[in-house]
Amino acid sequence: MARRTGPFIRLRQWRRSSIAPAFARSARTASGNRLPGVLKWAGPASTLVSTPVLTGCSDWQSALHAHGANARAILDLIWSFGAVAAITWLLVMLALTMALFHHRRVRAAPPPLRTDNHQERRFGRAVGSAVASTVLVLAALTITSFFAGKSIASLSGKETLTVRITGHQWWWEIRYPNDDPSRTIVTANEIHLPVGEPVKVELDSTDVIHSFWVPSLAGKRDLIPGRPSELTLVADKPGTYRGQCAEFCGYQHAHMAITVVAESRKAFDAWRSRQDAVAVAPAGDEERRGQQAFLSTGCALCHAVRGTAASGTIGPDLTHLASRRALAADTLAMTPGALAAWIADPQSTKPGAKMPRIDLSADDLNAVATYLGSLE
Amino acid sequence: MKQRPVADVSHLPTYDFGAASPMWWGTLAFIALEATGFALGIGTYFYLAVLATHWPIGAPAPDLLPGTAILIILLASLIPNHLVELWARRQDLAKVRIGIVVMSIAGILPLIVRVWEFPALRITWDQNAYGSIVWFLLGLHTSHLLTDVGDTIVLAVLMFTQQGKAGRRFSDVSDNAFYWDFVVVSWVVLYLVIYWFPRM
Amino acid sequence: MSGTTGTAAGQEQDEGVKGVRDTGLEAARRRAYLAHAWQTPKGLYGWLVTVDHKLIGRRYIVTAFLFLVLAGLSALAMRFQLATPEAGHIGPDFYNQLFTMHGTTMMFLFAVPVMEAFAIYLVPLMIGTRNVAFPRLNAFSYWVYLSGGLMIWIAFAFDTGADAGWFSYVPLTGPEYGIGKRPDFWAQMVTYTEVSALAVAVEIIATVFKQRAPGMTLDRIPIYVWSILVTAFVILFAMPAVMVSSTMLILDRLVGTKFFDPAAGGDALLWQHLFWFFGHPEVYIIFIPAVGFVSAILPTFVRRPVFGYLGIVLSLIAIGFLSFGLWVHHMFATGLPQLGESFFTASSMMIAIPSGIQIFCWIATIWGGRPIFATPLLFVLGFIFTFVIGGLTGVMVASVPLDLQVHDTYFVVAHFHYVLIGGAVFPLLGAVYYWFPKITGRMLSERLGRWNFWLVFVGFNFTFFPMHILGLQGMPRRVYTYPPASGWGEINLFISISSLVVFIGFALFFLNILLSLRNGRIAGDNPWGASTLEWATTSPPPSYDFSRLPVVAHREPLWAEPDILPVVEGLRVDAREVLGSTVADAVPQLRVPSADNSIWPLLSALAVGGAFLGSIYTPWAVVWGAIPVSIGFICWFWPKGEPEDEE
Ligand code: HEA
Ligand code: HEA
Ligand code: CUA
Ligand SMILES: [Cu+2]
Repeated sequence: MARRTGPFIRLRQWRRSSIAPAFARSARTASGNRLPGVLKWAGPASTLVSTPVLTGCSDWQSALHAHGANARAILDLIWSFGAVAAITWLLVMLALTMALFHHRRVRAAPPPLRTDNHQERRFGRAVGSAVASTVLVLAALTITSFFAGKSIASLSGKETLTVRITGHQWWWEIRYPNDDPSRTIVTANEIHLPVGEPVKVELDSTDVIHSFWVPSLAGKRDLIPGRPSELTLVADKPGTYRGQCAEFCGYQHAHMAITVVAESRKAFDAWRSRQDAVAVAPAGDEERRGQQAFLSTGCALCHAVRGTAASGTIGPDLTHLASRRALAADTLAMTPGALAAWIADPQSTKPGAKMPRIDLSADDLNAVATYLGSLE
Repeated sequence: MKQRPVADVSHLPTYDFGAASPMWWGTLAFIALEATGFALGIGTYFYLAVLATHWPIGAPAPDLLPGTAILIILLASLIPNHLVELWARRQDLAKVRIGIVVMSIAGILPLIVRVWEFPALRITWDQNAYGSIVWFLLGLHTSHLLTDVGDTIVLAVLMFTQQGKAGRRFSDVSDNAFYWDFVVVSWVVLYLVIYWFPRM
Repeated sequence: MSGTTGTAAGQEQDEGVKGVRDTGLEAARRRAYLAHAWQTPKGLYGWLVTVDHKLIGRRYIVTAFLFLVLAGLSALAMRFQLATPEAGHIGPDFYNQLFTMHGTTMMFLFAVPVMEAFAIYLVPLMIGTRNVAFPRLNAFSYWVYLSGGLMIWIAFAFDTGADAGWFSYVPLTGPEYGIGKRPDFWAQMVTYTEVSALAVAVEIIATVFKQRAPGMTLDRIPIYVWSILVTAFVILFAMPAVMVSSTMLILDRLVGTKFFDPAAGGDALLWQHLFWFFGHPEVYIIFIPAVGFVSAILPTFVRRPVFGYLGIVLSLIAIGFLSFGLWVHHMFATGLPQLGESFFTASSMMIAIPSGIQIFCWIATIWGGRPIFATPLLFVLGFIFTFVIGGLTGVMVASVPLDLQVHDTYFVVAHFHYVLIGGAVFPLLGAVYYWFPKITGRMLSERLGRWNFWLVFVGFNFTFFPMHILGLQGMPRRVYTYPPASGWGEINLFISISSLVVFIGFALFFLNILLSLRNGRIAGDNPWGASTLEWATTSPPPSYDFSRLPVVAHREPLWAEPDILPVVEGLRVDAREVLGSTVADAVPQLRVPSADNSIWPLLSALAVGGAFLGSIYTPWAVVWGAIPVSIGFICWFWPKGEPEDEE
């Protein structure tokens, strides 16, 4: 699915974004400007409206489209709590309306202090039973919530794989630890996992608090400096799921997204071994020139490209940049145009981002873009 | 609206002591909120202590001498404090004048000792969280000492002026004594936390 | 405790009867004396020195509404930016300041102060006294509040507006990541407003405990006054938490303490615990007075006493207590131990019970009465309609797993606007319509009032209901923009348009006030035929509130005795004097002299404010500031040989 920010390539992206799934999306949200429509879309019906059109499923992040045990448990909770709330509210409104209108234009108001005890006692009983039922409902809700929590907690412990995520302003550093440290995979902003297998996600932050949240798969969990924590993810359908940092973390909190790609074990292992390899050597002159520029103009101070001299750790590892779906924590789609636009001037697309604007000649710029674009 | 007199209050006094006087309730309210402040400070202390692998962090337990000295001075000061309270209720101007001067001194002494107490913590505020919180607690208590001593001295001066003769001043004196009790009690608690918890 | 010796003492002093008393003094001369004793000098000087709770309450109210306008307009700016995906009107830097200033101002400079403001104005009138217990402290609190508000908004004007959210989490606000002086201004503004709130809480407690009209026993205190009393206690025990935490933040930033630095034994969550230990009660500090308004307005417009007085009072107290056991429900996503979380789920749900009891009692009250659909009642009904929605979504987010999906999304934004606006601002607007006649002597226009209500009511629900859906669709809060592919665009556009309706509604509200101030219908003492004491005096009330202090024999005094007010005699009229009574059963006990006008509260507030402001830049400001501050306070309390001192 396509998204971008840079004014640069707005038009092309706009066309891109009108492929099937996006179309289905805009169709369904078109009803958004009429409230009833909105309400309908909130209902379970929506799951139908937006059934994935491409292979697998690629919903935009939404708690209403659960594709993992954790998220599904919570979605059930949302519907049941929602139903109870709706009914409670209707009952209260019913009582209120009757209270207001049951005796309009009966004889004129009696003097304010004349209340009849019989009625007072009836009120007492009514309020009493209302409170009693409130207590019962609340007890029921608390218990439901508690067991939902347990079933989610029960996912942990069976993990077949560990992913380590470190939050940075404003991107995600991702590691697949390996007993042989040299073979630990380092990438950014895109997680791959085997469908159906519980995956342990270890969370930590080096700067401020962030929050890891992929609504279709699981509830959120904060990344707090000095307080590592973890979360278990299971995806039960192949597809790409979008996530986004949920804890305010400064300028680009809005552009700190993450993509989760769930795929078959086979595909996953293949991906993994590709990521394991060092970067491809420059194929042509253009790429070679790009690599030169990359290593000489300072990019390498922050970025690493395994297999070259570039070993910076401040920014994302770019060894397999071109294999990712998006750029700059899902700010731009991974397209040549976007890549060039980003390198040319990160600040205009992502104001405040820690990547400085580096002056490159037009040719060097294109060369670097081509080089990075070749890092499959 | 028409009015119908039903009671005559002309012979009620214009001031009284303890729970009868609004000022006493004001003082109590302030004590309550400041006590909450202390409680939260102490809560923070233990919260950090629980997080830390060993406590105190990177420092020996603080030196007992100055803190203990202050504890003794403050506890001793309770005696004159309650005498002043008593004399104030008896409205015995001469005695109150002596007492309040004594109390002013009893307030200044611990402030002087404090000067040695901060270094006796054997850590500075910016070394680590432990240093920060003990300095914070000590600072908080010092500010209470300062304000109450200031208060007492002003009252002392008042008691030697024409104003001192106004009956209401005695009520003020007794409220001031009430607040001093709080300053002393809060130190007993802080003393145990700052000096003895690290030794346990 | 020797009340007796004291009493004896008191009498020794006044051989015979001192001063001019109202006993047997005929009305005209009595009023002349009182007017002189309680007067506020004319002109600017008088405006600066006055300690009249009505003048101070009024300026508190006006100031708070000005801050509502500022914060509301910043909300509109945000809605402008969010109306369409990837709009370029407002960049992240400014947007972050906007939502922070909006939230901070609404919570600290509008919602809480406006509730205190009404209390300052109404409580003395409702309990039948002539001023609050510590009038100068009251004046002081206003000046401190005003300087805090001005400071943070002036800083904002100079692009130093707070920008890390109304709860300013560390490390984002810490020495390393905080931008410039922005977090410092935020933290100091908090200190100012807390100081003023605490001052008000203290004086309210003393006033309600010690200055109630003779006969106003605990079970005859108007529910509104109960709600304010409970609020005052919540303030007393909640606000110190944020003063402690904001002080620690300032220290971390200014002198390098390590409270929140994990590398040196500090902890980032410590901030969240301290802040929310205050922050959750904070929302009930806003809510409890609001339900007090409801319990005051409702009986008048259904022509019968509230059903279940005791139940409602106990619910208020219960909410006050429970509100201290809920703070962790703002921190579910930080991953605390499962068991602990379930406890906070349970306690959060429990608080639904006292809230429910009140809703049910009000409905019963309406059932037993004859509703008169005047604007104040409309707002009360609008309150029930919306608050119950907000409360129920509150119960939803109280569930840990559920909250993990909606936390920090627009679902929560929807929840708290339903409870804050539906639950607090609606009753507040109702209260303005209800007491405006008492405060100004003129009625607000009913016609404009209805337009005002329906526009705000409809606009509000259209603005905030769809936010629930946005949240469930995955839209996080505090984002300055979002991609078109998200499909959030249409709903956001709808929301932004609806917020204009709210704006127009509020515009009508202010218009109604401006018009009615000049040519509203003359109100008279008791235009609504209400039952509480504030309606027993003229509208607007004289500087001395009551020419003779009322005596109470019934929970609805003016309904029990519609045309004659029982009063006490024997108070001085040539000097400021109020009646002190016992805490439980309000038996007259003292004739308490009440402080006269003074410039020192203002000067002390300026000194204190200066010290706070300076301490943003250097710790020494506290040391040097101490000098003018103590001078200010000494002069404030130094007796000036007031007449009552001879007694
Ligand atoms: C006036 C302010 C106000 C009020 C009254 C409330 C009332 C409640 N709030 Fe709300 N809340 C806020 C203001 C308020 N809140 C704010 C400002 C925030 C966000 C802060 C931020 O993050 O910026 C917040 C956030 C917030 C959270 C954190 C969400 C998150 O960040 O993820 C939670 C979680 O438990 C919560 C719960 C509740 C509950 C259980 C109530 C209960 O008191 C509600 C009780 C009332 C009812 C339930 C309705 C009446 C009852 C009946 C009609 C009886 C029948 C009911 C049943 C059978 C259930 N609130
Ligand atoms: C009592 C509290 C209160 C009130 C009344 C409001 C009122 C409104 N709020 Fe507020 N809001 C908060 C408390 C409040 N809010 C808090 C605490 C936050 C969290 C902040 C944070 O995340 O840190 C928040 C956050 C918040 C957000 C989320 C921002 C984000 O997360 O990115 C949004 C977005 O739509 C929003 C919108 C609005 C709107 C449209 C109104 C409207 O109802 C406003 C209506 C009022 C007006 C429009 C002003 C009327 C003025 C006139 C009519 C002027 C005419 C006269 C003259 C010019 C003299 N608010
Ligand atoms: Cu990272 Cu928000
Ligand atoms: Cu809360």
